[in-house]
Amino acid sequence: MRKRSLIHSLLLHAILIGVSLTMLIPFVWMVLTSFKTPGQAIQLDPYVFFPTQFQFNSFIRVFTTNNFLNLYKNTLLLIFFRILCAVVTASMAGFAFGRLKFKGSELAFSLVLVQMMIPSQIFIIPQYQMISKLGMTNTTFALVFPGLVSAFGTFLMRQAYKILPKDLEDAAKIDGLNIGKTFLYVLAPLTKSSLVALSVFTAVFAYKELMWPMIVNTSKDSLVLASALAKMKGQYVANYPELMAASLIACVPMILLYFIFQKQFIEGIATSGGKL
Amino acid sequence: MKKRSLRSATATQTFLWGWALILPTIVGLTVLNIIPLITTISQSFHKTGDFGRGNIFIGLKNYQKLFSDQAVLQSIINTLKYTIVQVPFSVFIALVLAVMLNREIKGRGAYRTIFFLPMVVAPAAIAMVWRWLYNTEFGLINNLFNLKISWISDPAIAVYSIAIIGIWSDIGYNMILFLAGLQEVPRDYYEAADLDGASIFQSFRHITVPMISPILFFVIVTRMIAAMQVFDTIFMVMEQRSNPAMYKTQSLVYLFYQSSFVERDFGYGSTIVVVLLVLIMAITAIQIIAQKKWVHYN
Repeated sequence: MRKRSLIHSLLLHAILIGVSLTMLIPFVWMVLTSFKTPGQAIQLDPYVFFPTQFQFNSFIRVFTTNNFLNLYKNTLLLIFFRILCAVVTASMAGFAFGRLKFKGSELAFSLVLVQMMIPSQIFIIPQYQMISKLGMTNTTFALVFPGLVSAFGTFLMRQAYKILPKDLEDAAKIDGLNIGKTFLYVLAPLTKSSLVALSVFTAVFAYKELMWPMIVNTSKDSLVLASALAKMKGQYVANYPELMAASLIACVPMILLYFIFQKQFIEGIATSGGKL
Repeated sequence: MKKRSLRSATATQTFLWGWALILPTIVGLTVLNIIPLITTISQSFHKTGDFGRGNIFIGLKNYQKLFSDQAVLQSIINTLKYTIVQVPFSVFIALVLAVMLNREIKGRGAYRTIFFLPMVVAPAAIAMVWRWLYNTEFGLINNLFNLKISWISDPAIAVYSIAIIGIWSDIGYNMILFLAGLQEVPRDYYEAADLDGASIFQSFRHITVPMISPILFFVIVTRMIAAMQVFDTIFMVMEQRSNPAMYKTQSLVYLFYQSSFVERDFGYGSTIVVVLLVLIMAITAIQIIAQKKWVHYN
C-alpha cells in the first residue's frame, strides 16, 4: 500500500514537473536568446542552447531606439486611469444595483448584462469613429476610452454589495446618515477585497490589450508596450535577440508584480472570472 | 397618513440616489456600447465612405458579398477549427491538473504559480516567443526534437500551431477556476467511492465531473466565446501576407481588423463582426440548451 502511494506520488510529480517545464521553457528561451548575439541565435552546427557569454547589446539597442521608458509611461497611464474609472463608477453603480430598490434599476441593469454578453469587437468601429471625430487619436484618453465605465466591474461590485449584512444600513440610518454617506463611509470600505480583485483584473487586461491601442494610437510616442511589440515585429524581422529582449522588457514588470502579489493576482483574476 | 408620506419621501430619495449613482455607468454604457452596437449593425447595411461621409444604404449587399467571399468562409472554418482544438484541450488538461493539485502535495503553490504565469503576460510577447520557438530552421522545437516541421507556414497545420499557443496560455487560468470548484466537493464522496473499489478514472467520471459540472459549463462557454474571437496570436505569429499559410489560418476577427482598419472598409468590417456576433450567439444558445443534459445544479 505504501509502495503504491510512493509510486503514485512520484508519477504525479513527474507529470506536474513536465507541465511546469512546458510552461517555463518559452520564458527561459526568451531570456537565453535575448543574451545571445544575432549570429549565435541562428547558429546550427552545433545548435547553441546557452549563450557562451551574456551580452546586453540587444537590450541597450532595443531600449534606446524604442524609447521604452515612454512605453512604460503610456502603459502605466492606461492602467491607472482604467482602474480609477472602473473602481469609482463600478462602486457607485454596484452599490445602487446591489442595495437600493428603485424604479428602472432592473432595466438599467440589463444594459450591463447586454454589454457583458456581446463580443467587444462589435463596438470597436464606432468607438474609433468617435475618437477620430473628437480628434483625440494618439492620446491617453483614446487608450482609456472603451474602459471609462466597466460593465463587468459593475456586475462584480453589485455581488460584493449584495452579500454585506442588511443591518449595516439600519445602523447607519439610526446614526442619521443619508444614502450617500452610508455608501461612502459604511459600506464601501467593506468591499476592499473585491476592489483589489477588480483592480488586478482591470490592470492585467488593459496591459494585455492589443487591437484597440493599435487602432487609436499609431504615432511612435503614444504606443503602449503591446502595440510597440507589434510594430517591432516588422522592423527586426530576423533579429531574434532584439525581439526577445523587447518582449522580455515588456513582460518583466508584470511578471515581477505577479510574483510579489501572487495571491491577489490569482484570486483577483479567478474570482472575477468565477463570478461572471 | 403621515407615515405614508414619510415612506414615499424615502422612496423618492432612494430613487434619486439610485439614479445619481448609476448615471455615470449608464451614460457610459449607452455611449460606448449601446449606440455603437446599433451603429455597427446599421453600418453593415451601408457602403461607408471615410468617417461616415457618404454612407449609402445598400441593403443586404454586404451580406451577399460576405457569403460569396471565399476568404471569409475560409476564415469561419479556420476560427471553428481553432475553437474545436483549443477549447477541449485547454479545458481537459486544466481539469486533470486541477484534480492532481486538489490535495496536500509538496510544491502545490509553486505549480499553481507556474501554470498561471502565461495569464499575466501580454499575448503580444507570448506570440513573439512562440514565433521564434516555431521557426523552421533555427527554432528550438525543431532543433530539440530533430524535426523539419513548418509549424506556422504549412497551411495544413498552422492553425493548430496557433491553437497550441492558445492551449498553453489558458491551461493555468482554467485550472484555477476548476480548483475553486473542486474545493466544494466533499472528501467523503471520494472515500466512499474508494471503499466501493472505484478506480481513479471512475471517481473522476462519476464524482468529479458531475459535481463541478456548473463550473465546467461556465468555463467551456466563456472559453468558446473567447476562442471565437482569436486575433492577437494570429496577428503576431503569422508573417502577414507573405505567409502561404495565412489564408488557412486567419480568423474572422483578423479579417474584421484587416477590412476595417487596413482597407478602411467600415461597412464590410461591420458586416463581418455582425456575422461573428450571430455565430457566437448561436453556439452559446446551443450550449445552453445542451447543458440540461449534463450540468447538475443543486
